[in-house]
Amino acid sequence: MPSGVERRWIRIARSENIPPREGRTALINGKEIAIFNLGDRFLAVDNRCPHQSGPLCDGIVAGDAVVCPLHAWKVNLETGTVLRPVNQNECIRTYATRVDGGVVSIEA
Amino acid sequence: MSDVIKRLVVVGNGMAGVACVEQILKHAPRFEITIFGDETHVNYNRILLSSVLAGERSADEITLNPLDWYQKNEIRLRLGVRVVDVDAEAKTVTGDDGSVTQYDTLLLATGSSAFKPPIAGLDRDGVFAFRTLDDTRQLLERAGPGVKAVVIGGGLLGLEAARGLQVRGCEVTVVHLMATLMERQLDPDGGSYLAGKMEDLGIRVLLGRSTTAIVGNGHAEGVAFEDGMVLEADLVVVAAGIRPNVELAYKAGLRVNRGIVVNDWMETSDPDIFAVGECVEHRGTCYGLVAPLLEQGKVLAATITGNKGPVYSGTVPAAKLKIMGVDVFSAGDWSEQHAEPVRFEDRALGIYKKLTVRDGRLVGAILVGDTSDSHRYMDWLRSGADLTAQRRHLLFPPPASDAGLDIAQMSEGATICGCVGVTKGAIIAAIHEKGVNTLSQLKEQTRASTGCGSCTSLCQDILRAVAPDFEEDGKKVLCGCVPFSQDSLREILRSQRLKSVQEVLEIYGNGTGCEVCKPALSYMLDMIWCGDHDEDRSARFINDRVHANIQKDGTFSVVPRIRGGVTSPAELRRIADVADKYHVPMVKITGSQRIDLLGIRKEDLPKVWADLGMPSGQAYTKGVRMVKTCVGTDFCRFGTQDSTSAGIEMERRFEHLYTPHKVKMASVGCPRNCAEATVKDIGLVGQEGGWQVVVGGAAGKSVRKADLLITVETTESALEAAELFFQYYREHANYLERTYDFVDRLGIDKVRKETIYAPESVRAGLLDRLRKSKAASHDAWLEGQSPVNPTQFIPLQPIENVPS
Repeated sequence: MPSGVERRWIRIARSENIPPREGRTALINGKEIAIFNLGDRFLAVDNRCPHQSGPLCDGIVAGDAVVCPLHAWKVNLETGTVLRPVNQNECIRTYATRVDGGVVSIEA
Repeated sequence: MSDVIKRLVVVGNGMAGVACVEQILKHAPRFEITIFGDETHVNYNRILLSSVLAGERSADEITLNPLDWYQKNEIRLRLGVRVVDVDAEAKTVTGDDGSVTQYDTLLLATGSSAFKPPIAGLDRDGVFAFRTLDDTRQLLERAGPGVKAVVIGGGLLGLEAARGLQVRGCEVTVVHLMATLMERQLDPDGGSYLAGKMEDLGIRVLLGRSTTAIVGNGHAEGVAFEDGMVLEADLVVVAAGIRPNVELAYKAGLRVNRGIVVNDWMETSDPDIFAVGECVEHRGTCYGLVAPLLEQGKVLAATITGNKGPVYSGTVPAAKLKIMGVDVFSAGDWSEQHAEPVRFEDRALGIYKKLTVRDGRLVGAILVGDTSDSHRYMDWLRSGADLTAQRRHLLFPPPASDAGLDIAQMSEGATICGCVGVTKGAIIAAIHEKGVNTLSQLKEQTRASTGCGSCTSLCQDILRAVAPDFEEDGKKVLCGCVPFSQDSLREILRSQRLKSVQEVLEIYGNGTGCEVCKPALSYMLDMIWCGDHDEDRSARFINDRVHANIQKDGTFSVVPRIRGGVTSPAELRRIADVADKYHVPMVKITGSQRIDLLGIRKEDLPKVWADLGMPSGQAYTKGVRMVKTCVGTDFCRFGTQDSTSAGIEMERRFEHLYTPHKVKMASVGCPRNCAEATVKDIGLVGQEGGWQVVVGGAAGKSVRKADLLITVETTESALEAAELFFQYYREHANYLERTYDFVDRLGIDKVRKETIYAPESVRAGLLDRLRKSKAASHDAWLEGQSPVNPTQFIPLQPIENVPS
């Protein structure tokens, strides 16, 4: 992460507003962050696919990865690494999440 | 003598003769072989003629020995030559071409001919037998929609011919002299269950009718009965039994009763003449089924090659009716004289089973409606096993705890393929020794399941249980997450009554799924349950979550439904106002006679739809896209049909529905084809006096001219044909398979057969399920007012204020 910017927990939404196995975006610090409900946990990443900036929040969730709706690049939501096509070095930023009193927060 | 090459002449190029020659070649090729065949075809599988008639196979597909087999084995093949005389003294045969051929050994495999009952007018045009490929071809030329066909004879062959003609569109009546259908194989109860099933298929059955004449002026116009009744008929098939062809045997001076008499070594009364197949009589029995002929051939091959030893001691007669959905099996002596009957019947299910037991051993079996246990009964009949200990489980065996148990319970010597005579042991040997892993390899190595094909699933089960690397033939699985073919998945969803994608993935898959299987399963569930499933939007592509087409910048395009491409000034004004209000960057007239508003933000979609006040055009989904139309009779001076109204009506009937892939349609008022109906998934092409309904066209990545489904007179009939095809495609195509690939894969013949020519009950079922799906569907854009989830269209607003 860029130095000099302080991270803090931001309360985003009640968990039921992100349906199971779907993603939603929130605009934070001028950036769209996609937050996914994996059923047992929430994961957050930058909303732009490293390929051609497709909106990852609109992708189909496959296990702990999401498939970009534009050209089916597959990105791991835990690590931000690209799973398909193979041998890609691009990586997207991930954010820590937590659920507190039914509210999803991310650290950004 | 052993080094002298002997001349073997075979009269008859059918299944029995050629199979025997195949066996002879296995022993030692000490013969110079000549085969005479009066038909002009190489050896083909006669028992599959009914499937050629029904369009399930082509004539080429039933070839058993192609020409290069004869060449490779240096067999002289004389096709189209009928042998008319045998001189047993001079050891010659004479052909109808005048040729005289010398033999050292003669094999008569002359088969049998259709019996001609004493009916006047059998020589009229339009009267056919059903014994040969030529008969079948002639029937195919005459058969078609609306043709009235009468089949005389309600035996195996007659019933299979009747069904074949019916799927070709004929109105078929089967007339049977006896009071019971297939009375040689079935008791009266079994016959009545069978008659019910034939009637359910839409085939009329008349029992106890004696036909006296084929009436008509030169060609057949009707069939007259003893009781004075006359039935209209354009086409008559005589399938009243067979008679062994024994004329040559008489001429050779052989002992002949009903057939050519042979002993257990398959020898006739002349030491240099042998006989095999339907033309022989062994221990007083003439066989008309394939399995005994092949057993005889094996014994005869040993005898004829100087390896005399094996004996033929008769075959337990067994027969299976080869009509899809009408399962009938009969074997052994099922009469109740001196035997104890064991029965089960259920009228509602249409299942009838009867076994006959004598001294604790099975002696006969009749199965109608469920023949899944036929192999078990055949095994018991052949082995004569003592069943006293299993008496309680004769009809209903205790359920097998694992799939391989049924196979494990079968003895090594149990016959799996009755047609070719392949045992379980032989199949296992092929798997171990030849590395067989697929059904097609098994067919090639052992010829198992190349006969009537009824043992195919059993062969699969053995392969599955035994072969180390068993592979389903050509079955592509949907994806690694749920490793089943789409066919199997549809069956699983139906039979296990699964209603949600997540359930399917958890029970039959890896629990997570992916972008390939989730949309496919979503489609299947919606289709199978006619909309009454648990819709899970997370399993749908984004387009189907927000009902718009995602663009490269993440915005969406909006295409309102403009049925038939016909709009109004008011609609156009609203569209223009929306374009202004939302600063739509591009307004485009599409190739589909629609208007596309491009570059709309997701959160604006509900407002845009509300302002438009028009339904979704589904331009974003695997669903019903549009019907293009021309102006038809209203304005065009060439129009012959009101294509505009017909197209709008078709669009109304199909709109809002999901399909395996997108469905684009068109309706044109004349063959000038201005709306390009002949390259659409479904097209209505108006012509003078009616419509052609065409399907499977494409003008995309590939160009394919649509196939003609049917020609009809009224608009309603055209729409109904389109509905039948539409629903059939929904139910049978794989997900992401366009109609042009689907029709290409199945063949238009099969598509016709299972839609417009299908029995009334099948057609009604298709239409009924289409109506149910339609009733459960709705305009997706109504979700703009009542979203399925509060954040369906809008981004999250962080609860606490953050710099944005």
